[in-house]
Amino acid sequence: MSRIESTFFDIGTMDAISRQDTVVHRMDPRIKVLTTLVFIVCVVSFGKHDISALVPFLVYPLVLTVLGDLPVAYLLRKLLVAAPFAILIGIFNPLLDQEVILQIGRFGLSGGWISFFSILLRFAMTVGAALILIATTGYHAVCMALEKMGVPQVFVVQLLFLYRYLFVLVDEASRMVRARSLRSFQGKGSSIRVFGSMAGHLLLRTMDRAQRVHSAMLCRGFDGTIRPFHPLRVRPWEVIFFLGWAGLFVFMRLYNVPRVFGTWVQGAVL
Amino acid sequence: MHMADALISPAVGGTLWAATAGLIGYSSRKVQQDMDDRRIPLMGVLGAFTFAAQMINFTIPGTGSSGHLGGGMILAILLGAPGAFLTLASVLTVQALFFADGGLLALGCNIFNLGFFPCFAAYPLIYKQIVKDNVSERRIAIAATLSAVLGLQLGALAVVLETYVSGISDLPVATFLLMMQPIHLAIGIVEGLVTAAVVVFVWKAKPEILEMNAASKPAATASFKKVLAGVIMATVVTGGLMSWFASTQPDGLEWSLSKSTGKEELQAPKRSLYERLAALQEKTSFLPDYGFKGTKKEEAGEGWPAVDPGTSLSGLLGGSLTLIALVLLGVLLKRKRKSHVTH
Repeated sequence: MSRIESTFFDIGTMDAISRQDTVVHRMDPRIKVLTTLVFIVCVVSFGKHDISALVPFLVYPLVLTVLGDLPVAYLLRKLLVAAPFAILIGIFNPLLDQEVILQIGRFGLSGGWISFFSILLRFAMTVGAALILIATTGYHAVCMALEKMGVPQVFVVQLLFLYRYLFVLVDEASRMVRARSLRSFQGKGSSIRVFGSMAGHLLLRTMDRAQRVHSAMLCRGFDGTIRPFHPLRVRPWEVIFFLGWAGLFVFMRLYNVPRVFGTWVQGAVL
Repeated sequence: MHMADALISPAVGGTLWAATAGLIGYSSRKVQQDMDDRRIPLMGVLGAFTFAAQMINFTIPGTGSSGHLGGGMILAILLGAPGAFLTLASVLTVQALFFADGGLLALGCNIFNLGFFPCFAAYPLIYKQIVKDNVSERRIAIAATLSAVLGLQLGALAVVLETYVSGISDLPVATFLLMMQPIHLAIGIVEGLVTAAVVVFVWKAKPEILEMNAASKPAATASFKKVLAGVIMATVVTGGLMSWFASTQPDGLEWSLSKSTGKEELQAPKRSLYERLAALQEKTSFLPDYGFKGTKKEEAGEGWPAVDPGTSLSGLLGGSLTLIALVLLGVLLKRKRKSHVTH
């Protein structure tokens, strides 16, 4: 339980990071959302045995982390927490694909290990890009960008509501859990029956709350649209930012930069 | 279980995103049309509830380990299919953005796997059929359990298929299925029992909440069919476009399609497209053939993927050098920023 509680506390940390004031934070959210999408599609479109061609893509998270003044250790820790599924599925590759495809001296590396590392690298970059997006933009701005990009308004309002009430309800649930654990011993009181009535009570209270929230909103003139305080505006240099990155991603997708680089170095040395 | 960007190809990710986007569009329109606007804050708060309910753990009978609620089926029972789908989609979006569950490209897959099957398959086909008009505690319990099990089984099956078609993991389908389905059967049964416990509680305390949803007129099936057709078409088009994009390398979708169907007709046009693209790439690339000096080409392995050890070595060398260059760049940028700030 304490783990889940701390993950929610974590959302608050992300929120604080996203309220910083840097070049990256000031940019229009749509630009960042689009750049992130191009980045992810390019990274994911590589073949399963590609590692070297993926490496130059690290430039994007790197530059944004530095320019956006993001806490690297914190983001890396978040990556680690999310890693198990990709590792769990990927770890079978070395067992199933044992054909040696890279020979360095007497040390042979099988295709399975290469694709496993490729999966890890993809995982770190795609998930990292998503974390960087939210850490430099903030949840509200991402939602506003989505609305401007054509996502149905009902869904955007839903995203904003969910976020707004998350903290309230998580507090409420953690109070209930604390109350239960103070009154029950040796693991009693955690049967499914008890859970049913606890979650049921929480649900009923939640629905009452929804009703109160709705009346309060109607009193303040809510008509189904959420109006942003600052209207979004794309400045010319931001378009260049997007085009520049997108062009670089496509270039790095088509040409294996490290291989060209490596061949050139080899040629120079040998 | 959440799909991850690292395991899917752009073709699979794009295809499932198209399907998901269609369903979000359909559900949004449906929610706006059918529901009184009281339901909109209700959906938001219930989305937050699914998170909160995950904090209350319980003991799984017979094992002693503890589990928590997934929540898809409860949402469907309380909100109806379109509302529940939107709510689940928003929950998964928050998870993808903040908890790094999966990633943004895989989010389409995740919403489809965890949202479509419980809301649009299990709920109308099983839950509604069993409960219908004569609500009783036993009916609710049976219906909730069965539909939670079915929803999760279909979701797990979809995860396996998406992973297989993407071709990033080497796991054979049969093995993967044998891993996923039984685990999700167990999870589904527990999820079902818990869902039943909560729904029965709510029904006893405030039966009008469940009736409110049952009373709302059933979604017009004709319009849903039209939407389904639209979704399928969008899916096919996107899938085609994306696999064309992906097939600059003969991997992923194309490779597994040729493997699973074994039909040459299916393979022929794509092959030629691939070859044309490869030729184009060969022509436009400024260093068309990167080999290791002195290594004969014939030594390279014949099987797929044909990897030339020479190119691999230069890739390794170049990759490490690029990495070093990037780290240097980062340090430089950081230092520059620091001095900028202190001035």
